[in-house]
Amino acid sequence: MRAGVIRFPGSNCDRDLAVAFGRAGSTVTMIWHKDTFLPAGLDIVAIPGGFSFGDYLRCGAIAARSPVMASVRAFADKGGLVIGICNGFQVLCEAGLLPGVLMRNARIKYICKEVELRVETTASLFTSRYTRGQVIRIPIAHHEGNYQADAETLAALRAEDRIAFTYRDTPNGAAADIAGILSENRRGLGMMPHPERLNDAALGGSDGARIFESIADSLATA
Amino acid sequence: MKARVHVTLKSGVLDPQGEAVRHALGTLGFEGISAVRQGKVIEIEFEEADEAQVRAQVELMCENLLANAVTENYAIEIS
Repeated sequence: MRAGVIRFPGSNCDRDLAVAFGRAGSTVTMIWHKDTFLPAGLDIVAIPGGFSFGDYLRCGAIAARSPVMASVRAFADKGGLVIGICNGFQVLCEAGLLPGVLMRNARIKYICKEVELRVETTASLFTSRYTRGQVIRIPIAHHEGNYQADAETLAALRAEDRIAFTYRDTPNGAAADIAGILSENRRGLGMMPHPERLNDAALGGSDGARIFESIADSLATA
Repeated sequence: MKARVHVTLKSGVLDPQGEAVRHALGTLGFEGISAVRQGKVIEIEFEEADEAQVRAQVELMCENLLANAVTENYAIEIS
């Protein structure tokens, strides 16, 4: 597997994400946001968590319009895999690669804690190592994780089995308890929780590692 | 020429910041407030003096960056 991790000014989970991909057997290239092209031969582009551009204007809004994102859009259009975690999810929504928007948490506070997620679908390249309905523990750390979309979009996400993860006890007000969603072609995943932070038993658990292993599996069999 | 863009949350979108402000106003003894909504104002100065052109440009800016159409409305004021 060849992964590319994009760095914006203010990204702060980029190295953790690189480690997580590395553990799943991937080579990793770091990509600067001003680059106008992606390295050749990438299997997956990953957009890390953090506070790109200081969360100015709206979370992810400035990053979504940075030079590299045109290449990411072209890569996704050609069927390339894209994953956005936390701020990366916000960036993908702002870029229009995923529907909806991440708003201020319903109780306003920044929340940093471990939460329980329910795996809603295993029919994706990102979740095949889980079982449907499995409850996993993954940390969250966000101020704007309140996923919102219009009723039509939510209905489509449900009907097309594109809700990847839900919160068991929604901490942020997210519509339909949504913690992560898949793109229309199921080759893009955006999620607020941080699987790269619970990736090793030494860190207290490895539930997050299954995502990176699922990706590696799918590429190995492709 | 100056454009002032008012970005506000669409009605029906929960505004936790506005709610917090409403509570604080109540704590200070201000009565009779039924709702508070918080938005933002963005001021852009132009060298261009043609109002129609400035307005068209600002419209594009709003569509492409300044507002998120999923949850926000915008209004443009030019002076």
